[in-house]
Amino acid sequence: MKFPFGWLKEHLDTEASLDDVVERLTMTGLEIDKVHDRAKDLKGFVVGHVTAAEKHPDADKLTVCQVDDGSTTHEVVCGAPNARAGLTGVFAPSGSYIPGTGITLKPTEIRGVTSNGMLLSEREVNLSDEHDGIIELPDDAKPGTPAADAMGLSDPVIEIEITPNRGDCLGVRGVARDLAAAGMGTLKPLDTNPVPGAFESPIKVHLDFDGETGNACPYFVGRFIRGVKNTESPKWLRDKLLAVGLRPISALVDITNLMTMDLGRPLHVFDAAKVAGDLRVRLSKKGEKLAALDGTEYELDDAMTVIADDNGPEALGGVIGGEASGCTEETVDVFVESAFFDPVRTAMTGRKLNVMSDARYRFERGVDPAFLVDGMEIATRLILDLCGGEASAPVIAGAEPNWKNDIGLRLGRIESFGGLKLDKAKVVEILSVLGFEAQDTKVDGEAALTVSVPSWRSDIVGEPCLVEEVVRIHGYDTIPAVPMNLENHLPQPALNAGQVRRSRARRLLAGRGLMEAVTYSFLSGRHAALFGGGADALKLINPISSDLDIMRPSLLPNLIAAAARNTDRGTADAALFEIGPRFSGDKPDDQDMVGAGIRSGQSGGRHWNEAPRPVDVFDAKADALAVLGAMGIAVDKVDAVGEAPGWYHPGHSGILRLGPKMILAHFGEIHPRVLKDMDIKGPVCGFEIFFDALPEQKDKKSKARPYLDLPQFQPVERDFAFVVDEGVSAAQVLSAARGADKKMISDVSLFDVFQGGDMGGAKKSLALTVVLQPTDKTLTDAEIDTIAEKVVANVNRTTGGVLRG
Amino acid sequence: MGYEAAPFYILGAETAKMSELDSLRSELMAAVDAADGLDDLENIRVSALGKKGRITDLMKGLGGMDPEARKQAGQALNALKNDVAAAIEAKKSASADSELDAKLAAETVDISLPVRPEREGLIHPISQTMDEAIAILGELGLSVAEGPDIEDDWHNFTALNIPPDHPARQEHDTFYLPGQGGEGGEEDRMVLRTHTSPVQIRTMMTSEPPFRIIVPGRTYRCDYDATHSPMFHQIEGLVVDEDTHMGHLKGCIIDFCRAFFGVDDLPVRFRPSYFPFTEPSAEVDIGCTREGGEFRIGHGDDWLEILGCGMVNTKVLENCNVDPDKYQGFAFGIGIERLAMLKYGIPDLRTFYESDLRWLRHYGFSALHVPSMVGGL
Repeated sequence: MKFPFGWLKEHLDTEASLDDVVERLTMTGLEIDKVHDRAKDLKGFVVGHVTAAEKHPDADKLTVCQVDDGSTTHEVVCGAPNARAGLTGVFAPSGSYIPGTGITLKPTEIRGVTSNGMLLSEREVNLSDEHDGIIELPDDAKPGTPAADAMGLSDPVIEIEITPNRGDCLGVRGVARDLAAAGMGTLKPLDTNPVPGAFESPIKVHLDFDGETGNACPYFVGRFIRGVKNTESPKWLRDKLLAVGLRPISALVDITNLMTMDLGRPLHVFDAAKVAGDLRVRLSKKGEKLAALDGTEYELDDAMTVIADDNGPEALGGVIGGEASGCTEETVDVFVESAFFDPVRTAMTGRKLNVMSDARYRFERGVDPAFLVDGMEIATRLILDLCGGEASAPVIAGAEPNWKNDIGLRLGRIESFGGLKLDKAKVVEILSVLGFEAQDTKVDGEAALTVSVPSWRSDIVGEPCLVEEVVRIHGYDTIPAVPMNLENHLPQPALNAGQVRRSRARRLLAGRGLMEAVTYSFLSGRHAALFGGGADALKLINPISSDLDIMRPSLLPNLIAAAARNTDRGTADAALFEIGPRFSGDKPDDQDMVGAGIRSGQSGGRHWNEAPRPVDVFDAKADALAVLGAMGIAVDKVDAVGEAPGWYHPGHSGILRLGPKMILAHFGEIHPRVLKDMDIKGPVCGFEIFFDALPEQKDKKSKARPYLDLPQFQPVERDFAFVVDEGVSAAQVLSAARGADKKMISDVSLFDVFQGGDMGGAKKSLALTVVLQPTDKTLTDAEIDTIAEKVVANVNRTTGGVLRG
Repeated sequence: MGYEAAPFYILGAETAKMSELDSLRSELMAAVDAADGLDDLENIRVSALGKKGRITDLMKGLGGMDPEARKQAGQALNALKNDVAAAIEAKKSASADSELDAKLAAETVDISLPVRPEREGLIHPISQTMDEAIAILGELGLSVAEGPDIEDDWHNFTALNIPPDHPARQEHDTFYLPGQGGEGGEEDRMVLRTHTSPVQIRTMMTSEPPFRIIVPGRTYRCDYDATHSPMFHQIEGLVVDEDTHMGHLKGCIIDFCRAFFGVDDLPVRFRPSYFPFTEPSAEVDIGCTREGGEFRIGHGDDWLEILGCGMVNTKVLENCNVDPDKYQGFAFGIGIERLAMLKYGIPDLRTFYESDLRWLRHYGFSALHVPSMVGGL
């Protein structure tokens, strides 16, 4: 929504400066988008009249012009094709700065002729990109007049953003009303005196709705005006429309646009000669078509409001007019429509057909239902003034919809809800300037007002709306800030246990050298499919691109793709992680929080002392276990078993499990086929930790740790090497060794794995260190030997392993 | 070099002369003094003090002497033995020191060589900014709530007082999924939440007032250009009790802005605005300057919009079965990326999601930099 400052003053009697008005608009909720100072780039330029023009003696395309600037005549060499004697243009004297080119003019000799100044194109004064010729002003522009005045651009244009609830401010008058309420002057009266009708309209209007759909168009005011001449609009009207970004077309069309912009009252003008029979306002029939004024033919369904004649739809009510009955220069008799269309149906129609028009924009936000007749009178007077002719008596169909609404406002609510202490007189004053009427009353014994809402404020529906109006106009800046009431307590922790875990995991992984990434929750169907995703329920209907149309089943593909992009940029060997949601369906429980990470390429850069190695499954396992450990999971109770999903290398991957069912994480090297499909050179290893599957941390009653009983005796270490079948896991052997004497054995660790040699291919040797921790006396050799025998026996019994000879 | 056994007569005769012991002492001391290296010293020790050493032999001879002579000779021999042993130890230690010194000197490395590589991991600015916001708002008594990214139309729009034909819906550029939600029949499509506000609804519907929550999370809008990303992050706040009013809203937001940007006197301005889910509604600007092409927060007379807020619309409370005659309060929503861009001077929204390691290294935060009000943001 934009308008020149001067236009605003046609409605607002004010001494306020532009700056004050701009500030006040912002602080009443009409946010300033921009103030366009259109004269800024015309400063110093004047109207110049070309009194004589000759071809340059030495250059075909140049003209030597004599330019009268009102006081003297300058010789100017001009390259524009439209430079000619008799032209009135915009003259820049020598020494002036040309904003469009950034050049300061000085007398210049061009092929033997000295040029003193310049005739300007629109581009040179930043009015448009037009540079094919110089600006041509009307012949009556007086040489020497500031160019901005002659062009009607001296008035700055205010552009504001109107929130969807303020349909009443989609006309300049509504803005003026808010400013008046906010103390920026007084609203001028509007001349709505009726124009008497000279005859009865030959076109009648019928509202053809049943009870249920009657609100589509409950009220229609029409008027026949005969004998008009649809010429070009006068300059004041053209300037106004140009200032707000509309192209002047013809007086009749321009008047409807003016009514829309000035008073928020959209109108439509039919060429009466092209209307067959009466006008009927009804719902469209499925399959009906309308060739609209925007040059598009729309196919209608059965729920749109049309204004039809005997030939079918001539306009889409509140949205756009039809080509067939539109006005042209030949139009003589017109029928003017001032109607009320249901906001919801108008919005739906516009959305279904994808038409955005100034009319739709206003109807869907609600136009003033009590301003149809007044609007018609103002429009009639404008048409008679600009186009001549004679008006019929108004044709009225239906009746004003009931807009009256009385709302109780407890005066105490201004403070207890709005936070602002105001006396009653101030509240009443603000409301009345906004057009509300207030009567004293009591609500539950409390002092209150009964407030009648004006017809143009359909957005005001309850007490909080009224509090907002009062507080808004008085100024939010006048509300004292009050500290948050902590109810005299220290705040509770802001994070719950699960959130704390994720936060720790994040900082732990970064500490382990992985860079945190944040990637989209969606990805391509191809990548989703590689990681078990791609269900139809998770496919976006309107993605921004087909590469981003599936909700991700895993965080890995985006991280792997990111590693590939970094490799392409020359940064190989990425280590990345992300913490965020993955999706298995579209219900709330189908989403869970995952921490995933990848390492790609080499373990590190080349180094003089330590050679890097390719990343592998144990890097991923280490990352996963480190996170689980930090989450308070007893890592020594976690089993690693090789049952990872198909996107992992089948022999170099596994899951981390607590008990038989609780799957905490996946880890491993990514399947080479997946890497190939994703176009990245391996190896890449990765892990996925399922935060929502982790056992909850028990909330212990006491934070105290158990008593620490430090043994007084030296631990004893014994090494063993067992030969086992290849299929026996290290975990089985370690567990068997540990289980041999739970009291004495405090730790078992594996320090070597050997395969081949004289053992044969199907066997392997595992070397362990078993730590014995005596508690009440030093162990004798015999006791140590006994425990060692138990270790050997237990490993043999549970895994078939034998001591290596 | 060899050492002959001392002539037996030195002590074999009862008239053993002390001068002979003195000469043995001189000889051994000279040998110790002249010894070259630890091996040499060990040879001297064995030849003098070993099982068959010269001093040991002389000690053996003491047995045949009469008690008086034995006492005298024993004392002298013991003194000699102790002195030689001490001299050898002293020389050994000096020798070991110099050998170590020489060894270390020979081992000198170029300490300018680079250390073994360690990977550097950093926290993404979105997480860091989120943690900062939570640290401040947690201090104001709000705690974190979460909800699903895939929402039904009812929670995302209708319950928030954005009915199906509301013009505000069009400004949301919603992503749609094929499924349908439970509450609203055919109109109740599944969407990617366009804001974190549906978590307000879920919280109010499943617990009892008072409510004091913040909702950080991912949000989605179907728009992509220099200033729009199809996914972005918000943090939402909701405070509902029996007497929270607009003054508290101002207090909370002003405290937040000043703490977040670390400017104690940061100008904060509330402008009336419109959101369907709040009434009255406000947009909040902070003071800044753009003079000379340099953008700075907290000084100058320009304003920059940073968040939207307002008093929870009574219709929203009603939709969640919260009695609007008894309870009232405020809500606000902040774009995390916008905060991060402003505070940390990150120029382009789209770069947040590209996972470019060069970008992450430049804008990331140390894992140890955990934002808190005690430790600073």
